[in-house]
Amino acid sequence: MALHTLSLSVLSEKLRRREISATELTEAVVSHIERTEPQIGAFITLTPELARQMAKEADARLAEGEWNPLLGIPMAIKDNISTRGVRTTCASRILENYVPPYDATVVARLKQAGAVIVGKANMDEFAMGGSTEYSAFHPTRNPRDLERVPGGSSGGSAAAVASDMAVAALGSDTGGSIRQPAAYCGVVGLKPTYGRVSRYGLIAYASSLDQIGPITKTVEDCALVLQVIAGKDPMDATSVDVPVPDYREALRPDVKGLRLGVPKEFFEGVHPEVAQRVQEAIAALEEAGAEVREVSIPMAEQGLAMYYILAPAECSSNLARYDGVRYGLRVGAEKGHIGMMEATRAQGFGKEVIQRIIIGTYALSSGYYDAYYLKAQKGRTLLRQEFERVFQEVDVLVCPTAPTPPFKLGELVDDPVAMKLMDVLTIPVNLAGLPGLSVPCGLAEGLPVGLQIIGKPFDEPTVLRVGYTWEQIREAPSQTP
Amino acid sequence: MEVHAQLLTESKMFCACPTRFGDAPNTNVCPVCLGLPGTLPVPNKKAVEHVIRTALALNCRIAPIALFYRKNYFYPDLPKGYQISQYGEVHPIGTHGYLEIELNGERKKIRIRRVHLEEDTGKLFHYLPGESEVDYNRAGVPLMEIVTDFPPDIHSPEEAREYLVQLRAILTYLKVCDGKMEEGSLRCEPNISVAPEGSNQLGVKTELKNLNSFRSVVRGIEFEVQRQIQILESGGQVVQETRGWSEEGAYSFPMRTKEFEQDYRYFPEPDIVPIQITEEWLESLRKTIPELPLAKAERYRREYGLSDYDARVLTADYDTATYFERCVALGVEPKTACNWITVELQARLNETGRAISESPLTPSHLADLVELIQSGTISGRIAKELFDEVFQTGRMPSEIVKERGLVQISDEDALRAAARQVLEENPDAVQKYHAGKTSVIGFLVGQMMKATQGRANPQRAQQLLREELEKFR
Repeated sequence: MALHTLSLSVLSEKLRRREISATELTEAVVSHIERTEPQIGAFITLTPELARQMAKEADARLAEGEWNPLLGIPMAIKDNISTRGVRTTCASRILENYVPPYDATVVARLKQAGAVIVGKANMDEFAMGGSTEYSAFHPTRNPRDLERVPGGSSGGSAAAVASDMAVAALGSDTGGSIRQPAAYCGVVGLKPTYGRVSRYGLIAYASSLDQIGPITKTVEDCALVLQVIAGKDPMDATSVDVPVPDYREALRPDVKGLRLGVPKEFFEGVHPEVAQRVQEAIAALEEAGAEVREVSIPMAEQGLAMYYILAPAECSSNLARYDGVRYGLRVGAEKGHIGMMEATRAQGFGKEVIQRIIIGTYALSSGYYDAYYLKAQKGRTLLRQEFERVFQEVDVLVCPTAPTPPFKLGELVDDPVAMKLMDVLTIPVNLAGLPGLSVPCGLAEGLPVGLQIIGKPFDEPTVLRVGYTWEQIREAPSQTP
Repeated sequence: MEVHAQLLTESKMFCACPTRFGDAPNTNVCPVCLGLPGTLPVPNKKAVEHVIRTALALNCRIAPIALFYRKNYFYPDLPKGYQISQYGEVHPIGTHGYLEIELNGERKKIRIRRVHLEEDTGKLFHYLPGESEVDYNRAGVPLMEIVTDFPPDIHSPEEAREYLVQLRAILTYLKVCDGKMEEGSLRCEPNISVAPEGSNQLGVKTELKNLNSFRSVVRGIEFEVQRQIQILESGGQVVQETRGWSEEGAYSFPMRTKEFEQDYRYFPEPDIVPIQITEEWLESLRKTIPELPLAKAERYRREYGLSDYDARVLTADYDTATYFERCVALGVEPKTACNWITVELQARLNETGRAISESPLTPSHLADLVELIQSGTISGRIAKELFDEVFQTGRMPSEIVKERGLVQISDEDALRAAARQVLEENPDAVQKYHAGKTSVIGFLVGQMMKATQGRANPQRAQQLLREELEKFR
């Protein structure tokens, strides 16, 4: 089997046994990228030379007997995560030539572990979108069906992993941007608990919702990447000082006695075949010993509305720094400072970004603040309380990741509401700050479906355990014809 | 009155960059204070403590939780497109406080509306039309804003000055601000309006900027009051605006009109978790608050019998008060200590541009010197010369005296011999004396001091001269 198609855990075992070298693995991935990338478009920037250099360093460490699961593993990094010396564009014209002078904390941790960076993955501009079609540079195609979108906003990261152009990837998730593309591309994606992973160096979209997480081929791989990136960071005041457990210990195919909640609101309006696949998975988990019960989270139905107040409000402020003064695009320098800022922003941002900035500016304006921003915050508190209440009765929640299979490129570009509805099942998880995992769950209309597993704050171990169990059931030889 | 005090912290409000003043442009900067994409603010605990301590010293109620907000506006000196600040009216650290001032022997409370924390912006330099540069060294430096309550309690330029003097003293006592108005680390912006005598209706106000000394505060307010009165008396209307003060020209000029209230779209800063101000924390901070200037001055008058003026001069600055108290603790009589400190020491410090805390002449030196005078070992004149030398070298006065033999001549025979010699050398003066012009004795004493290099006790010298003059008759 070609090296690049293998999972992280298998490859890392081969590296440990010195069966392969990091250089060998990186060359396999780099040459696969050369063949495959033209059809997929998963990357904004490729870094083959950097990758070779990092692979060489990994080999030197391996030669000295050092080993850890990520040492020598080729990875893709979403292009909103700062990489020192490698341009980080956020898929926006306004940062087209911006090269950060520092590494995001997660990147520093990956480097320390010895991971190899093969490139910066495509995304919707500033992580706003659900199809990667809002990238200012080019769209990304779904490796399972080139006519379809890979989802978004971490579409490049998911497509890179799904097409074996990266063994694993980092994405970011504000309203579903890791889980939804993972579901669409048939890979595993985890949005950790808010505060579990440092956001330092993640170019902010909506600070109170953003979280970095892994996109991988298996649940085990996901645990291995999370192990490296999780933990308190003194550079991020919102990262939480909760001890990081050994996530691999959670990887037992055992759900006996575990209480699975099925939130009924998360099945409303879901494509019937998608709902069926997810129900089948739930039935299989029940068979494996889990206790299944229906639960209700009524406020979840308001989640999308709250999100489209809060996220744009925060983004209108977070994106104010792109003014042409210090870095990035500058247009109209002759027009005075106000004129320059206006021209730079008008030309530098795409339509979707501008729309959200305007919505957010409006929602925060005096006279509207109470009606929109404050009301949405109150709704968010209620939603959080509903999740807390439900989690007194169940250990995890299970539901679909996205309401439909991946749609076609161009299909929803002119229907922003339908596009936003693709995040309806993932957004409540961000609003409540909970961990959410998407695991492949069969096909609908021949396209990948994602099973979403939602846990209590910092209970990634249980979430991963359920995902791992389901993965084992799914992969096991079929008992029925 | 709005006051902005730059807090005395090693590092900036949200990053580790130094807060030093006067470095080359854009050298004390990092990705965080430059607002580079992806960076996050981490609050400086020291700065929060400085604000809490100030709020305590100003008798404020302390909020149980410190919250930060974003104040959104576009300006090239603002790296993030928003300033992280405590939203003035909602959740400042301190509210409902007051500061006591004393004017013409009467005490008055000036109520404080809020004490809060925020970050400073960068500094713009404009060159040719269309060309500007920004220095971000100051961006992110912690600032404390202290605002007096409404309706205003300050009714004259003198009260405004006294408020600032007391506030500055408190800030320096707490060591939260260096209080240097001329360097901009303490900036004040009075809001001024006038109204007819007896009216409780407030007039339209103007805000005054660029006041960088107590003197300019008084002059600026006086000018603004007169300007507004003239406008109103000639039937005009005062425009609500921000005005600048020109110290050289002694006039104020319009800077910007507040036609509409800018919408800053405040919202809670999602990058910073609310800071809990616990009772234990408050208690530990309360213990760090020293005796404050007004209380100290009163004690000096009561315990040491100092005049009102002396007490105020000594307590206006924490280090001066500390210096004085150490001298007294070492046994120096309070009034004597006060005179040496406020006259001789202050003059030397001014000449050399040193702070009293850096004085090479310490309270121990001063106590030693005063002891030498009081025991009659050295004369007052020698003492003043010694003072200079000690200030320069930091050596102990008694050591210098011993080494140079500066000890006052108390040997009667030697002094009498010196007196005779002076009289022999000055026959004219002797003649005048005998002719009834006894005031020449002063001149003769001077000659005798000269002959003994100042080591004679002047009183004794005069006595001996008189005795010898009688013999000459």
